[in-house]
Order: sequence, then C-alpha cells, then structure tokens
Amino acid sequence: MSTHDYTLAELCITAAAEAWRGDGEVLATGIGLVPRLAAGLAKLTFNPALMITDAEAHLVAEPVPVGPRNGYEPIIEAWMPYSRTFDLLWSGRRHAMVGPVQIDRFGQSNISAIGDYVRPKAALLGVRGFPGNSISHINSFFVPNHSTRAFVPGEVDMVAGAGYNPQRFPGGRLPAGFEIRLIVTDLAVLDFGGPQHQIRVRSLHPGISFEQVQDNTGFSLVLPASIPVTPAPGADALRLIRERLDPHGQRASVFKGNPPGQRAA
Amino acid sequence: MLDKRMTVAEIIGTLRDGMTIGIGGWAARRKPMALVREIVRSPLKDLTVVAYGGPDIGMLCAAGKVRQLIFGFVTLDMLPLDMHYRTARQAGAFECRELDEGLVLLGLRAAAMRVPFLPTRVGFGTDVLKYNPWVRTVRSPYDDGEELVAMPALRLDAALLHVTEADALGNCVILSPDPFFDEHLARAADRTYLSCERLVPTAQVCGRERARYNPFERNLVAGVAEVPFGAHPTAGVPGYGFDLDHLNAYNAAAGEGWAAYRAKYIDLPDHASYLAAVGGAERIAAIPAPVF
Repeated sequence: MSTHDYTLAELCITAAAEAWRGDGEVLATGIGLVPRLAAGLAKLTFNPALMITDAEAHLVAEPVPVGPRNGYEPIIEAWMPYSRTFDLLWSGRRHAMVGPVQIDRFGQSNISAIGDYVRPKAALLGVRGFPGNSISHINSFFVPNHSTRAFVPGEVDMVAGAGYNPQRFPGGRLPAGFEIRLIVTDLAVLDFGGPQHQIRVRSLHPGISFEQVQDNTGFSLVLPASIPVTPAPGADALRLIRERLDPHGQRASVFKGNPPGQRAA
Repeated sequence: MLDKRMTVAEIIGTLRDGMTIGIGGWAARRKPMALVREIVRSPLKDLTVVAYGGPDIGMLCAAGKVRQLIFGFVTLDMLPLDMHYRTARQAGAFECRELDEGLVLLGLRAAAMRVPFLPTRVGFGTDVLKYNPWVRTVRSPYDDGEELVAMPALRLDAALLHVTEADALGNCVILSPDPFFDEHLARAADRTYLSCERLVPTAQVCGRERARYNPFERNLVAGVAEVPFGAHPTAGVPGYGFDLDHLNAYNAAAGEGWAAYRAKYIDLPDHASYLAAVGGAERIAAIPAPVF
C-alpha cells in the first residue's frame, strides 16, 4: 500500500486523534482499538504533553504498540492503578474517547442494557465509569457502525453517560466545563456545535453525503452552510500508525472488509 | 501467637445467608475464585454481592446465590460479556443495583470511614439515580448550597480477596500491577478473608523492599487460606495469566451447560482435583501474563 492510499480505519484514527488537539497535559484514554491508536497518534504528533497508559496500570512515555510486543519494553513513567484513575478523573484532567452502543441527540450514551431496564433484551457491560466520566472531564466517542441503532431517536434506553440535557441535572444546569467534543464514525465526524449543542456534521468522510449520514441517524442533524471533507491522513500519520502504533495491522479488523478511506460516492 | 490459617471451606463456613459480601479483583484478574467456587458448593443463599465483576459474578448468578448485585460492570476482559451474568440479568434474576464504578468506590470509602455517605456529583445527568432510588441527594450546608449525590456507605459483612503472599497473621502483599479496590473492600468489611498464592513466614511477606505492596493491616484480616493458583481461571500475575480457553468454555456453558460445567469443575472434593480438572498446575503456570 502506498502512503497515498489509506484505509477507512486509518482515516478514523487520524480524525479521532484531533479530539485531543489543544488539550495539553491531560490523561488521554482511548477505549477500544481506534481510540487507543488515535490517542497515541495525537501524542506522537501535535500533543506530546498527553499522558497515556499501557491499558493496564501504568502511564507510559510513548505509545505501546498494540498486539504482541516482540521484545518491546514499555517506557513506564508513572503508576496508574484503577483506584488512582478515579482520583485523577474526578479532578477533570482527562479526556476519554469511548465507544457507546447507543447515543441520542443530547449526546447521552448507553453501554448498560438494551430494551427494558428490568428485563433487558440485551444486558451489556454495565454503566462502568460512564456516569462519573461524563460529568467530570471531556469525552469523545467512536462509533464504528453509524446507524439508527447506534444514533437512536428519543433518548438512549439507559442513560449511562450524561449529555447536553439540562433537565436531567439539578437546577436544570449542566455541570461547569461539561463537554462532549467529537463523535467519529465510519461516515463522518460530528460535534455539538449546533444551536443549544445540537449535533452537527463537522466533516464528511470522502465519498459520503450528508443525506447518507442523516438517513443513518435517528434524529435531525444540523447541516452547516458548508461541510468539509474529513482530511486524509498525512504521510507522517500513516507511517506512525503503520510502523509505530499498530505494526501487526490490527486496525484491518475494525471495519468489515477493511474498506479504503476513499469510498465511491 | 495469632494464627489465622483456615481452609477454604472453613472460611466460607463462617458466612451466613443474606450477608453482604465484597469480592476483590477486577474483571478476569485476581479474583478469589477458589473461595467463589466454595460458595457455589455451599448451601449459602440470598447474598448481596459487591464487586468489580468478572466470572465470580457469573458463577454466583448461575448458581442462584445472588439476591442483590451492587456493581459497575461484569466482564471477562478479552471476552467482553460474561454470558452467565447476562442470562441472569436479562431474566431479572437478581435485584440490580448498577452504579458508576467510582460510586462503588465512594460507598466503600464511606464504610471504611464509618460515615453514612460521601458527597459527589457522580450520577447526576444519568439514569443511575433513577434506577437506584436508595441513593439519595443532600444539599451542601455551605454557602454554595449545591445539591449533591450522597453515596451511602457500602458496609460489607465480609470481603473475599486473593493476594500474592500472606503470613499466618494476615499480613499480605499484592504483587500484581494493580491492587484494584481490594484495600477499600477490606476496610469496608467487618472481616476480610484472604486466599493467597503462597503462605510465607512473617519475615518474608514484606520486608523493607516490598512493604509498599502491603495494601492494608492484618487487624482487618480474619482468615487466610493458602491456595496456589486460587485465582484461576482469572489472572494471578505475577505467576499466571488468565486462562482464555477455560473462560471460553465457561462462557459457552451459560444456561443448559451450567450443570455439566459445575460437575466437571466445581463439585470436586478439593483444590488439587480442580487443578487436575483444568489441566494441572504446570499448564496454568505456563499461561503468560496478559498483554493489554
């Protein structure tokens, strides 16, 4: 593959890395392969101050390549066990990118249960740290299957992560500093830049139309006057993704058939 | 001279129906599985279980031991969903008290501090408070007057933990990369029981170099059982990783397969029989530590 060709996964990693631009010295937590590679890419390129983990119990000075390490020894710069992670995250000095199963128009997110709460059709992980994360620090989302099943009409079945829905907060006010920054999907990059934090299409992936995105979303999206195309990964980014961050090519399994980033319109 | 050595059966024999039990470890890592299997074999029932959940929760659900579950998640790490938990949760088989992981931590800390609650904002904006009406709010008595979540103390009748090494007095070290929330469970509990990979003389447990791996004081500990590979099929790093083959077989046994799984791996006369059933100590010792 030449550096001018890139896959959809590589496009999403590059787009997702942008979430941490300008964040400075925060803990960048990427849950799942694409967010993890994206956090690593952000650290290796435009935000070297980011703190990242080995996905176990340490902060590392440089991203640990995913998969078999073949002798690579992580450079451990600090200890970050789970209980300490809560002390850090309650301080707000973190920006996590996570993968909710459902997201609604407020940015409320669900990883707990699908269907009726008492007798769910599908019990998932449980709310995990979503409630605390959502009100304590910046969050972003990665959604590999942009569809009306993921972007649901109404509200998510169980609100595990809070969204821009003031009615759910005491006094009808969002907590200070509340922010959901980016939603990166297989079709587009979304943000909350519409009126009253409505979800807006920030960029469309190459070959994808606004209508395609809207048709696969269970609520109305804000259509800006013009929508840019999601920038292609640069040669440096591609080299870092392929050689440093994911040398075994695990990203090929993110999307069925590992499609190219440039899709036919 | 204090001597807190007990057998696994003696430890579980001190528990009573309806108790609130905290289980240490996290997901598929350093779970006190030998103690959990003993609960499955016992006549205990109607337990309230507090955990950062893994196959401990799935097994106890499959065995019908759980009346109420206080938790933030249940997962098998590399296998995202525990199918035994999932089956029970979808059937409404237990009272579900699903909380943010940090709220569980605050509840344990409140219990440890012997205060009725700790204030936080965690839970606002979500359905956690809607589905847990037992968690109330409180208004700050200071000028800010802010409304806060009052996470109630999660007092435990007992905590069950698996540690790396311990002595007969209950001094212990956890040498794995993450001690998880074991310290908080121990401090929230009326009494804490340890299983350990190795029982060692007091002079060898800590020493100056390892003292920082000692998570809590021995006066929290009521009993210690030496159970090598006692965390299997979860990871007991350093020593052995999680047994993915076994976890897959366990997960595949959800529902109708449970009776056969239980007969093969749980209803056994002793731990040696268990180790033989899962392929032997050498096989477990050869499982590398997981790479995340």
